[in-house]
Amino acid sequence: MATVRLSFSPAPVHVRTARLVGVAVARRAGVAEELLDEVRLAIGEACTRAVALHNQYGVADLVTVEMSDSDSYTVRVIDHAPIEASIGLTKLPPDELAAESLTDEDLTTGVGFALLAGFVDDLKVSPVEDGAGTEVRMVWPVQRR
Amino acid sequence: MELSLATRTVAEHTVLEVGGEVDVYTAPRLRERLVELVDSGARNVIVDLGGVEFLDSTGLGVLVGAMKRLRVANGRFGLVCSKEALLKIFRITALDQVFPIYPTIEAATADSDGSGPTS
Repeated sequence: MATVRLSFSPAPVHVRTARLVGVAVARRAGVAEELLDEVRLAIGEACTRAVALHNQYGVADLVTVEMSDSDSYTVRVIDHAPIEASIGLTKLPPDELAAESLTDEDLTTGVGFALLAGFVDDLKVSPVEDGAGTEVRMVWPVQRR
Repeated sequence: MELSLATRTVAEHTVLEVGGEVDVYTAPRLRERLVELVDSGARNVIVDLGGVEFLDSTGLGVLVGAMKRLRVANGRFGLVCSKEALLKIFRITALDQVFPIYPTIEAATADSDGSGPTS
């Protein structure tokens, strides 16, 4: 099993770097070519969420992305924002998406999780074991090499 | 690839051609441009996503925001998109039921009442 770990300051500019690394490691791990767009999007969404939460709560800690391959390709995106900030993970119905009352932030959060849930079959969101924070764990199958 | 933005007028519609990656880092520039267009009087706005290589929830939020802004101003907003990867994003988020999405600019400008594509 190989592991690649990337930690970055919670700034939007670094999310692209995380996507690029995540897809490069996925390709190397043997994730099917047709899944790579979904891997790119899902890692981006998870990191975007983490960066947004860190900024919202003034948490300067690094966001961590850990990628590992064994029987599958597993990506864990770990933030250190308060747990209660992780609510609102549900998919929004269409008639609410364009409602005037919905803020841009809430819309983006809802849409982001709809994308994660839609693109990742094996998705788990759980509190980190030590301290504040959430881990978004995503798993994709790998092909035999 | 960096975000690229270009505006042109087609059949009395303001077409904003977007290229590159629209994400949490670049989406604010897209938002600024759309706000500028509406504030300067554009009321029939079409965003052409033909050159977009990546679009995330932040970009989708910006597009919804522009649509709301135009709705308040009695304007019209539509998207041009034919890439399956992007269309899938709109379907998964149910935003395909929120935006009129056209396969071509011609189809978008021909839809005078803004009811959306017929097929």
